[in-house]
Amino acid sequence: MKRVFKRAKKTPYDILSQRGHGLIAAIPYLWLIIFFLIPCLFLLKISFSEAVLARPPYTDIFKILPEGLLQIRLNVENYLTLFRDELYQMGVITSFIIASISTLCCLLLGYPMAYTIARSSKKVRSILQLLVILPFWTSFLIRVYAWMTLLSPTGIINGILLRMHVITEPLALVQTPFAVCLGIVYVYLPFMVLPLCMSITKIDAELLDAAYDLGCRPLKTFFTITLPLSFSGMIAGSVLVFIPSIGEYVIPELLGGSETLTIGRIVWNEFFINMSWPVASALAILLILFIVLPISFWQRWKEVKT
Amino acid sequence: MDSQSRTLKMILIAGYAFLYIPLLVIVIFSFNEARLITSWTGFSLKWYRELFSDTVMLRATLTSFQIATIAATIAVILGTLAAVTLVRFPHFRGRTLFIGLAAAPLVMPDIITGLSLLLLFVGLHHLTGWPESRDAVTVTIAHTTLAISYVTAVVQARLVEFDRSLEEAALDLGASPLKVFFSITLPLIAPAIVTGWLFAFALSLDDVVIASFVAGPGATTLPMVIFSSLRFGISPEINALTTILILFLSLSMVIATIIMRKTQRPAS
Repeated sequence: MKRVFKRAKKTPYDILSQRGHGLIAAIPYLWLIIFFLIPCLFLLKISFSEAVLARPPYTDIFKILPEGLLQIRLNVENYLTLFRDELYQMGVITSFIIASISTLCCLLLGYPMAYTIARSSKKVRSILQLLVILPFWTSFLIRVYAWMTLLSPTGIINGILLRMHVITEPLALVQTPFAVCLGIVYVYLPFMVLPLCMSITKIDAELLDAAYDLGCRPLKTFFTITLPLSFSGMIAGSVLVFIPSIGEYVIPELLGGSETLTIGRIVWNEFFINMSWPVASALAILLILFIVLPISFWQRWKEVKT
Repeated sequence: MDSQSRTLKMILIAGYAFLYIPLLVIVIFSFNEARLITSWTGFSLKWYRELFSDTVMLRATLTSFQIATIAATIAVILGTLAAVTLVRFPHFRGRTLFIGLAAAPLVMPDIITGLSLLLLFVGLHHLTGWPESRDAVTVTIAHTTLAISYVTAVVQARLVEFDRSLEEAALDLGASPLKVFFSITLPLIAPAIVTGWLFAFALSLDDVVIASFVAGPGATTLPMVIFSSLRFGISPEINALTTILILFLSLSMVIATIIMRKTQRPAS
């Protein structure tokens, strides 16, 4: 009897744990270590090497000397260059401003959208949510391209304005920081609306009813109940928009001019045009260290706390 | 209250217009005869004809579909295993690192993922001779790595919410753990697996940055071809391609949603 009871408490996975357990975990674990963790270590290693004209175009920082000693030569010049050269500082500032403005715009447009979607009936809500996701499934490049066609000097907006005689010559809409922000907002808006929608839907309707019953006006109810309770959704959405836009390459390349030189474009140019792999790696390491890691840790910490 | 809700509705409509009008414009102008998008000169299918006679584009499309199919399939298998590990094995050594690794590709900018994977392939080539050249295989590996995280997240959410007593009951009735997995767990998480696969497929079909880093001269994907032609400006051929892609993707999305609704209803 005792044995039967004991067995009933076990789940399939507990029994598997003796043999299969390790195997199940090991396959994805190994894959992620080999193709995600080790590449990051390569990035770190190459950020400390020197650029040379060779294949591959960097020096090896580890060298086994004839006496059998391991020589390690760390070159911090790449990092110093990044801090010294104004080009990189401008790049960081530009990326930061563009990503912040875009995130804010996404929030300002996304919040009322999410609020209205969350407040509609269940059936309508799922359709409205699907409509937010749908453009996300059409190609990313094509969504950027759509704005190229709309904003270009021979594009639709200029065409209409010219025909209506509002302007006499085409406005320079594309190749501006404005176009880059617009593109980012357009592409990443669903990332803002969906988490917001989820957190607003979760708010207990009885809380709102109670507030109304006690004579609280709708606007005040919104600011004292809904807004604070949907804060986690605002944070989640903002992170989802901010992180990809700070490292964004394609949108500033296609919609931005030469002055919107973002971190993503600098990494790309250093790598493909200047063939300076170590500097590109150093920049990538700094981006991980100062933006990606802090934001993910902070988000994780918030999750654990709630 | 009434005027407020009206304002909100207006914003919602404006938001949807913002999301859909640009795509609609492309679809309409893909049937335009003129090269320029400023004016409508007449209905024509000539850009579609041009598209279908563009061998570079067609070959790239084929390559992209192959890569996306293989990458999505591998990612679904690995991602499901990862999700099962995370949800069902609460204690094992290295779990914290595993959680981090499974989520990290989600927040990593593409440009860094691409760069770091390229450095890995170059370093590996230097050390072991593999990979001999960068081609569709390296792109597939890169896309799989990116997609695993998405699949894991989707399947994990489904695993957490379903009733575990079903598994326990089957086990008590004498089913082997493997049989329990295949006849109970797998059917229950199947909708999440389908979603994960579609997501992985779309991710792979969408990526230009990572592919540009890790694809050698041997493999040019569709987004790479589109991207290089976009750098030279607007091309009506791309309008035609867009229309086809939108049709294809939204159709499969709608079908997937219908399948998911049908399979989810009895379970919930």
